[in-house]
Amino acid sequence: MSGLDLPLIWAVIIGTAVVLYVLLDGFDLGVGILFPFARTRAEQDVMTASIAPVWDGNETWLVLGGGGLFAAFPLAYALVMPAMYLPVILMLLALIFRGVAFEFRAKAQGRDHRVWSAAFSGGSMLAAASQGLVLGGFLKGIAVEGRAFAGGTWDWLSPFSLLVAASLVAGYALLGACWLIIKAEGELLAHARRWAQALAPTVAMAMGAVSLATLSLSPDIVARWGVTMRAVDWPMFLPVAPAPLIALLALLYVWRRSGEEGSLYGPYLAACVAFLAAFAGLAISIFPYAVPFSVTIWQAAAADNALALMLVGVAVMLPVILGYTGYVYWVFRGKVRVGDAYH
Amino acid sequence: MEWDALILARIQFAWTVAFHIIFPSFTIGLASYLAVLEGSWLVTKNPAFRNLYLFWLKIFAIAFGMGVVSGVVMSYQFGTNWSGFADKGGSVIGPLLGYEVLTAFFLEASFLGIMLFGWKRVGPTLHFVATCAVAVGTLFSAFWIIAANSWMQTPVGFAWDGPRMVATNYWAVIFNPSMPVRLAHMVLAAYLTTGLFVLATAAWLKLRGRINAETRIMQRMAIALVAVLAPLQLIAGHESGKVAHAHQPAKVMAMEGWYETARQPAILLGWPDPVRQTTDVWLALPDGIGSWVVTGDADAVLPGLKTVAPADRPPVGIVFWSFRVMVGLGIAMIGLGLLGALLWATGRLDNARAFHWLAVPMGASGFVAVVAGWFAAEVGRQPWVVYGVVRTADAVSPVSVGAVASSLIAFLIVYAIVFAAGVWYIFRLADKGPEVGETAPTPPNEAPGSALAMVTETAPETAGATA
Repeated sequence: MSGLDLPLIWAVIIGTAVVLYVLLDGFDLGVGILFPFARTRAEQDVMTASIAPVWDGNETWLVLGGGGLFAAFPLAYALVMPAMYLPVILMLLALIFRGVAFEFRAKAQGRDHRVWSAAFSGGSMLAAASQGLVLGGFLKGIAVEGRAFAGGTWDWLSPFSLLVAASLVAGYALLGACWLIIKAEGELLAHARRWAQALAPTVAMAMGAVSLATLSLSPDIVARWGVTMRAVDWPMFLPVAPAPLIALLALLYVWRRSGEEGSLYGPYLAACVAFLAAFAGLAISIFPYAVPFSVTIWQAAAADNALALMLVGVAVMLPVILGYTGYVYWVFRGKVRVGDAYH
Repeated sequence: MEWDALILARIQFAWTVAFHIIFPSFTIGLASYLAVLEGSWLVTKNPAFRNLYLFWLKIFAIAFGMGVVSGVVMSYQFGTNWSGFADKGGSVIGPLLGYEVLTAFFLEASFLGIMLFGWKRVGPTLHFVATCAVAVGTLFSAFWIIAANSWMQTPVGFAWDGPRMVATNYWAVIFNPSMPVRLAHMVLAAYLTTGLFVLATAAWLKLRGRINAETRIMQRMAIALVAVLAPLQLIAGHESGKVAHAHQPAKVMAMEGWYETARQPAILLGWPDPVRQTTDVWLALPDGIGSWVVTGDADAVLPGLKTVAPADRPPVGIVFWSFRVMVGLGIAMIGLGLLGALLWATGRLDNARAFHWLAVPMGASGFVAVVAGWFAAEVGRQPWVVYGVVRTADAVSPVSVGAVASSLIAFLIVYAIVFAAGVWYIFRLADKGPEVGETAPTPPNEAPGSALAMVTETAPETAGATA
């Protein structure tokens, strides 16, 4: 395998896993975030039924992201996880409540039913917010000494990480609303269209705010974008300008089109494009660091034979996984049919 | 004992992993059982199999969900609480966990959707394929996790490269000395756990007067499984003990309560006292029997814990007692299986109330034995995280006591709530028993590719789009 830049390949693979996680689990967490806004229990049942067959598979990308980071960049994993201790634990606890609520909600009656409904929506929101806190804390950088995290318990907490958390909640809610446009009918479809129309400009503003705030984090980032609060270095900025521009156009499309009768897949795909553009912006800001701005992907990488062994697994298994994931989505295509469940 | 981040992290890991293992132990067996039930229905067309399938599917859904969410926790704890281990061992053990995600986790999670919600969307054959995919996925998962854990018990095929370990031979890492027998031991344990729970459910339903085709089939399948596998498990456990004796002698000394170097007895009951460095024996088989069990030679003089430096000894009491709980329950399982087989052979099974009453509490025995067995294996490995190579104290994350303590309390509370609710819903479903008139799935009548199938398939969507 010599000659291949294995750490770089693995950075791309893990980046892909994270993007797929955000686009897929993003919409089902988003449906949970929008859950309290449904008018009736029947609407809520359609909302959970729209994601019940796929959420587990979606969440597996988070395991691949986390497990992949452990396997391919163990040093980065060993530095980032202790630094993000509390938000990571918070995310795990939130995902527990949310995950079990799918089954428990279906089995429970009366007060218990309301409790598990609250666990579902609260868990979804908290999981999204914790992921934002992790991302925000990660971008701000991590105190490192030797090969260990050397900072404090609350280092991740800052106005910036709170801004990222709020933005991610809004972003997931947008994905959720666009997903419901595909899956819902009648009244709920009308709500979903309104939710998407309201969320698109919110997310645009949030992305703008996070982008500007990111520039204040480090001179390294400013140097990559050529943008400060006062001036724009156009030759620097022009090559990277498509990222924010595409995000803006995609969100504009969601805002304009999601209310229209005929739009079905368009808003969700456009929201995905906005997220992809935001992710590209993130990559421009931090590449090639595995821990910004102290450890590069090459420093953090596992031994070459470990990366090579897993690359074989990915090359063989990832197409298979994408194949059957696509098949499952195809089986459950179209509008929700509530009576499909086994219970 | 000082309440530092290390001991708190260890308690947290013990709690989260003990909670987690309960569910895979059950779902590994249940997934295979569901595949057998659905296959039997497809072949025999006996509706009792279909009713049983749909009955156990509901319980499977709850148990599987709880296994998934508690499993995601485990995959992140290597970093949050054990970053020293992640840094040192990541290159060796990371690929094993990566392969688990790639080969098992996605397979289970994706086809679970079809298994639970696709009954009316795909034909019976494809649905059966989905069930089998989930069952195979659970076994792949067990393979990789046991490979990783066994490497931590009996590490081979690696070398130090500066601050971290690298693999010199992944084949040796995966198929390390304790891996094959521990995999057999764990898969048998999972099948037994499921079999005993199914047996308990059938017995409970029969005690409540539900003597019908469904409960009869359930009970007989479970008895056959327990009667065959429980004795096999004794052999697998014995082989596992021999491997442990060869590679982790201190663990076996703690399990057996051996302090002195001697022709060892087989202590059945007693009280190991680490302060006085002796075990008060209450009931034992004569000297030499213990030596014979682990080496096959009754005259073998085997070293005791006094030959191990105090800093390298595992906590003896926990290992000694959890080992006895596991073995005791294993022997009770053998007895239960034989008794059931005897009643079945003599045609007295339906009304054997005493047997039913015995089988009901034994429904918990598999879970207890699995947790006890893992306690013996994992506490017995201490004070090492990678046996003889990396100490647990060098594996812990540099995080504050407050952070670990508060997350530990949160895990205790959340898991208690979720566990109580999950067990309650499972018991309620089990108590209801299988419905006798479950409807058959209504698959598309035409081959999926045919024109008419396309029309019926797309009809609901068109209706939705125009609504």
